[in-house]
Amino acid sequence: MSAKTYTVPIGPVHVGLKEPITAWLDLDGEKIVGARVRPGAIHRGIEMMGRERNPIQVIYLAERICGICSFSHITAFLRAVEDAAQIQVPARGQYIRSLVLELERVHSHILWAGVACYSIGFDSAFQLGMLMRERVMDVLEAYTGNRVNYGVGTVGGVRWDITPEVDAVIRDMIRYYRSEFSAFYDIVTQDPIAKARMRDVGVLSYEDAIRLCALGPTARASGVRCDLRWSAPYEAYGDLDVKPVVPQDYVGEARGDVFDRFLVRVLEVYQSLDLMEKILDGLPEGDIVFEKSVVKVLSLLKKAEGTGWGIIEAPRGDDSRVVHLTSGNENLTWWKVRAPTYANAVSWPVMFMGNELADAPLIINSIDPCISCMERMLVTNAGTGGEQIMTREQLLDLSREKTRRLMPA
Amino acid sequence: MMILTILLKLVAGSALMLLALLLALLFDGVDRIINARMQRRWGPPLFQPFYDILKLLGKENIVPRRAIAWIFNSAPWMALASMLVVFLYMPVGSLPAILGGEGDLVLILYMLGFCGVCMALGGFASSNPIANVGAQREMILMMSYELPLAVVASTMAWVAYRYGLPGEAWNLETFVANPVWNVVGKAGILGLLCLLFAMVLVVPGETGKGLMDIPEAKTEILEGLIIEYSGVNLAMLKLTFALRALAISAIITVLFFPLSLGKLIGFSGCFLYALDFLWFWVKVFVVLIVVVTFMRSSLGRLKIGQASHFYWINVAGLSIAGMLLLSIDRIF
Repeated sequence: MSAKTYTVPIGPVHVGLKEPITAWLDLDGEKIVGARVRPGAIHRGIEMMGRERNPIQVIYLAERICGICSFSHITAFLRAVEDAAQIQVPARGQYIRSLVLELERVHSHILWAGVACYSIGFDSAFQLGMLMRERVMDVLEAYTGNRVNYGVGTVGGVRWDITPEVDAVIRDMIRYYRSEFSAFYDIVTQDPIAKARMRDVGVLSYEDAIRLCALGPTARASGVRCDLRWSAPYEAYGDLDVKPVVPQDYVGEARGDVFDRFLVRVLEVYQSLDLMEKILDGLPEGDIVFEKSVVKVLSLLKKAEGTGWGIIEAPRGDDSRVVHLTSGNENLTWWKVRAPTYANAVSWPVMFMGNELADAPLIINSIDPCISCMERMLVTNAGTGGEQIMTREQLLDLSREKTRRLMPA
Repeated sequence: MMILTILLKLVAGSALMLLALLLALLFDGVDRIINARMQRRWGPPLFQPFYDILKLLGKENIVPRRAIAWIFNSAPWMALASMLVVFLYMPVGSLPAILGGEGDLVLILYMLGFCGVCMALGGFASSNPIANVGAQREMILMMSYELPLAVVASTMAWVAYRYGLPGEAWNLETFVANPVWNVVGKAGILGLLCLLFAMVLVVPGETGKGLMDIPEAKTEILEGLIIEYSGVNLAMLKLTFALRALAISAIITVLFFPLSLGKLIGFSGCFLYALDFLWFWVKVFVVLIVVVTFMRSSLGRLKIGQASHFYWINVAGLSIAGMLLLSIDRIF
């Protein structure tokens, strides 16, 4: 006799989710016995839009892929463009980029910790997270003038310098977080209810994390030692000696559950604070950008020919870009965005198995999904009706065909 | 004479139920403000629950196409009525309960249970799978906290009976007239503390807030069993939730904090009744803030399995320990 199951959707619009994604869960009582994830609600065609714009314009477009990791997106994009056009960023520019990346990581992780607490009904901690994130947003505003899309990166460096006043504001913030952020550390180490809700929930084993190509904190929580800042340092990270934060170094074992993901993110906030201090202490003198005149940069980019790659460790995992520039063409020839959620979302069905319905929003949130970063492809079949699922081969053929179309031999 | 008594009781009962409604909403407003302040927020205006109810009363009721309409529509009213009736059997300060002779603690516990069943029925009748999950959770949660609640209630009655408190063992007036803390010995005090603590832990389950916000968990099942409710029906459910918190706090007050301020400072007659009437609501308010607001602000939510385990093992264990301590106290 097979158990009678019923299907409950989580999403596309759900209180516990920040962005639209649907998980159809087959339930046996409260237990999840099957799960299908259906993205596709917020595709915006940004890559297509990028092909009608020059690289400087695309910076501001790339920034709007996502609200939290806007600087990660443009850093990855800029590194790809700089790689294609063979541009060297001055040391001070690289340091400042790393600094903003770390500020953004702190912002993202604090927001995530708050949302995770909200998912388990711990509203007071959620409010605290929202309150704390104000401080890093204020600091970003003090430096760049903006709180979300900072508009601070440009081809070959950054647009604003770190003045002594900004330096003081950042150091002040680091002190604030060192004393105040311990509230979340206490939640993860002491709160019995948080432990009851997160321990052994949404487990992703070490093998599965590698098999499903999990990235960033999701993979590190499963014990995979991976961090691009450590394995392939970019910008200033080569000088900073970053170590990947894995739970086995701190609590002895990595179970790969939501609890470990929480722990990894909380510890990474402290790591980021240390890194920021190192960056501020070691900030080299010199230019912040290789060429101040945008007109000159654009004419250089127009002449450039080639494919550039950029890959960085965003707060959620590896964020990669491939950009192709054609000589004589001002606009990007093509541009490929691959945000970390794209890889991490594959682990969801594995994490769901055997857990309860009550855990589902928490599991979805545990990889810190950024759906608007992820959605790069949409198959609609409105004309004929019905659902169509593309196989891997079909997708591969379509991709090859498109590449051929874009790159006339 | 008979008719006059009935009329008087009718008037007094209606007045008390109306007062309970208003106070429940007022305390709900205070609860929201204190909760907000604990989260370093400013919070809504004090009368926000009143505005919400007034607004909802003017909104249309939407009944899902596949719902069983008569159960769906009657469930909120039944739940509200059962919660209002509780106050008729509750002695307020030094005043005897309006229907004191007609029902006792057992009836009140039945009414609390009935209210939960009504809400679960409404959830099942709404034909929404998420409401279905919420209703299942409500039933499981109820079955879990009923055990410690029953142990506490029957132990209190046993205490009233064995220690020879004047009056009927199950009647709440007995506890108001003779505070139990005065008659028991040292082990008995410890036992009563265990019972009080068990009772306090039952409150989140009864009110569905904080730790036990499971049937209406909004980040999991989108307000669960009330997901399909709107308009007047939702207003009734909101009133019911507010009244549940008030009723359970009132029960704790009557059983464990029956101290009369009027008698303490030597009032008598009308003054005693008037002062104790006010004093009673002050006590209920303090109990509500401690057991509802503080607990819901400082704790996250458990899963239904964990909640069941918590009530059946931990809280039931605590209440049984209280029972044993009180028995030991009586025997030796």
